[in-house]
Amino acid sequence: MPEPVASASAPFLALDGVVKRFGRFTALAGVSLDVPRGSLVTFLGPSGCGKTTLLRIIAGLETQDAGRIVQDGRDISRLPAIKRDYGIVFQSYALFPNLTIFDNVAYGLVNRRAGRAQMRARVTELLKLVGLPDAAAKYPGQLSGGQQQRIALARALATAPGLLLLDEPLSALDALERVRLRGEIRALQQRLSVTTVMVTHDQEEALSMADHVVVMNQGRIEQVGTPQQVYREPATAFVADFVGKVNVLAAVAEGDGRFRVGEMMLDALAGTPPVARGTPVKLYLRPEDVVVNGAATEHRNHASAQVQKVEFLGAFCLVTVCIATAAGQSLVVTLSRHSLDRMGLGEGAALSVGLPPECMRLLA
Amino acid sequence: MASLAQGAQPAPVTTAPRIVDGQRRLALGLLLLTCTALVVFLLAPLVAILAKSLEDKAGAFVGLANFTDYLRSPSLAQSAHNTLLVALVVTAVTVPMAFVFAYALTRSCMPAKGLFRLIALTPILAPSMLAAISFIQWFGNQGALKKLLFGNTVYGPIGIVISSIYAIFPHALMIVLTALLLADRRLYEAAESLGTSRARQFFTITLPSARYGLVSAAMVVFSYTVSDFGIPKVIGGNYHVLAIDIYQQVIGQQNFNRGAVIGLFLLVPVVVAFAIDWRMQGRAQSQFSARAVPYVPRPARGFDLAMLAYCTLVCLVMLAVLGMAVFTSFIKLWPYDLSFSLRHYVFGLIDGGVIDSYFNSLQMALLAAATGTVLVFGTAYLLEKTRGAGALRGTIRFLAAIPMAVPGMVLGLGYIFFFNAPGNPLNGLYGGMTILVLSTVIHYYTSSHLTAITALKALDNEFEAVSASLKVSFYKTFARVTVPVCLPAVLDIARYYFINAMVTLSAVIFLYSPDTKLASVAIVNLDEAGEIGPAAAMATLIVATSLAVCLAYALVTRLLLRRTQAWRLPAGS
Repeated sequence: MPEPVASASAPFLALDGVVKRFGRFTALAGVSLDVPRGSLVTFLGPSGCGKTTLLRIIAGLETQDAGRIVQDGRDISRLPAIKRDYGIVFQSYALFPNLTIFDNVAYGLVNRRAGRAQMRARVTELLKLVGLPDAAAKYPGQLSGGQQQRIALARALATAPGLLLLDEPLSALDALERVRLRGEIRALQQRLSVTTVMVTHDQEEALSMADHVVVMNQGRIEQVGTPQQVYREPATAFVADFVGKVNVLAAVAEGDGRFRVGEMMLDALAGTPPVARGTPVKLYLRPEDVVVNGAATEHRNHASAQVQKVEFLGAFCLVTVCIATAAGQSLVVTLSRHSLDRMGLGEGAALSVGLPPECMRLLA
Repeated sequence: MASLAQGAQPAPVTTAPRIVDGQRRLALGLLLLTCTALVVFLLAPLVAILAKSLEDKAGAFVGLANFTDYLRSPSLAQSAHNTLLVALVVTAVTVPMAFVFAYALTRSCMPAKGLFRLIALTPILAPSMLAAISFIQWFGNQGALKKLLFGNTVYGPIGIVISSIYAIFPHALMIVLTALLLADRRLYEAAESLGTSRARQFFTITLPSARYGLVSAAMVVFSYTVSDFGIPKVIGGNYHVLAIDIYQQVIGQQNFNRGAVIGLFLLVPVVVAFAIDWRMQGRAQSQFSARAVPYVPRPARGFDLAMLAYCTLVCLVMLAVLGMAVFTSFIKLWPYDLSFSLRHYVFGLIDGGVIDSYFNSLQMALLAAATGTVLVFGTAYLLEKTRGAGALRGTIRFLAAIPMAVPGMVLGLGYIFFFNAPGNPLNGLYGGMTILVLSTVIHYYTSSHLTAITALKALDNEFEAVSASLKVSFYKTFARVTVPVCLPAVLDIARYYFINAMVTLSAVIFLYSPDTKLASVAIVNLDEAGEIGPAAAMATLIVATSLAVCLAYALVTRLLLRRTQAWRLPAGS
């Protein structure tokens, strides 16, 4: 068997300085990104951040104003959509309503003049793969939304494309179906190890499915990383705010890696760059990282507080606490219902909170 | 994660890549072709009229001399006055009539709504002259009900007004009906829960939500009446309107320049009417939410009976008009010998060779239906579903909206000036069947275009993207998916073209040659010669043909839908 031309470490898909403008609006301001072979990468961001535009440019459905796209060692920047190698699934499914499920899945195979028997075998295989082996004779209108999306996936995979593009594939489904299909798509993608790019505005979807999350904002990439990295080590304030909930504390740098919040002194944060004394900064801390009534009372990042409000969310509660020594700034803390009951924390109750330095981040 | 490095520095300046795309080239090439066709067969003739109006008979530029001449002539004032008066009266009567009829169909619980609707739409199948002929039989010099006019003559404004009302009623009805069908039941439920009276609901909910439809209907009725030629020709007597003036100047006196001037005068009110309508429609868009709950009327005995009585009356009158024309064609001699006879068909049409014009019409209508449907639907598809060249698309959309605002006579006049010009390489088209077909295709372009666009907008926008990802060209997807899914709309366009081509007169009156004379023209000629029996026979033939086509359409769509549209059926059936 011949060695693949591209070495294993070379990216399967490489974007270099992709720019797209719509009139005066800049949709993409020079985006560069490498997508490793066989991985699932999600583009995550609010609407209008350019994620869908970027996907459509990769698909050749939009033309970039500048920049290069290389797929599997081949420069595809100038290729029309029909000459590129990918399968695509849209939020609207876009199944052909007048064709049976069989003909829908076979749509791209017919054109390749595959033998009739071979084609039939392939369609049967794909329908089995997406868990709908008996749907062949039906029409799309006779299937549920989730089933239609599985068929759309089968159709996109039928020609065994090197790249799978998913444009908000789960957004049109109800919550239960969304969670179920999310697991199925991920399992299928790993089984076929097809390089996949998925666009989503749902952070939970991005975190649970992706090998790498690309967080985008206003036509730029804010951060690229594993779901863990993006959540635990957000590179920018936008990422910290957009992915998950976060507390923001206004502080002033005191030098030597120490910060003052109100009358409270907070200790050095791991790995933060040095900031000149007297500079106002913002400190970011996830609600679940706050330690409530912890043992390490001798720790300096520690303060007494009072419960302001308890918001019941089922398994968890969001507790808003006010720290008197932090110039009245408040924190939101996530606590399980059990710990809340155990500590007897109602509104007005006093408690101590610890702000672990290793969890706190200084972001511009 | 070194492999996921992101470029922090701005992109190196590379030139925008030009995608070499055969698919896109084909699509744009076809669009360019359509655009050229619309320019040559719509815009150029209109410009030719403008040019002609600024020239003298010898072709020298004379500026506005033709206009000042014409404005000084007393005939203009009279004709313009007559035209406006008739159009305003017809509009003032037809729109309320149509509104009440549509109201009865949508808001009452009267029986046989389908039948009433069907009868009210029959005038669409007939050439406008049929109404004029029929009213002459009822109220003319030897009319059956002449006494009802109390000494007034039907030949003149009265005849024009009543004939026009008959001919345009179904068009107004369809527009108002659509507006009333959009009603949202939730609004009425809210009003009722607040204890609002039925009358107040009518004035605060029904009328406001239908007002754009009413304005639209008024503009269509007004434009139709202003630009119709057949009715005043047959029943107008010595009452002059602008459409007749153009005909007399061009055909009678060969004064093309004055004809052009009058054509422009005719164009002005119609363009104004459609400009108003266009602006109103733009505002109407946001009025209705897609999730409106359809209104379901509840029985109200007195109201339902009143509506039933009104609709019965209107439909009886309509049947009387159509019936009189058919009757006239099958009797020996009105009003002296009312015995059954086929003489008007046999001696009047077949022996005289007049029947040839019927076959010409049939051929023209079939060709117009085929050409028009392919052109309109193909163009609408390329506009909606392919990408690139925004300016070209904008131009085509704009050109496609123009024909509705161009009276047939003006279009026909433009065709004479443009295609009959000695220097025009397309000169050979003049006098042939092709020019009749093309003028008809263009004349009825706008409505068909809107039907096609509406049908295409209902399709998922990503079909073409999916096809491209599967390496299937857009024209294959067009044939395999788009056309089958849009088949009802495609057939609808074909039927619309056929029916209108069978009855059209105003554009083709200038364009036919002895070999390509059409049935509608034959009716006018027969009537001029006093042969009202054969004229009625020809009109009856047209109605019968269009009726047959409508029945065939209903049958074919039902069969086709059963075979190719199985996907429309719900699961399990």
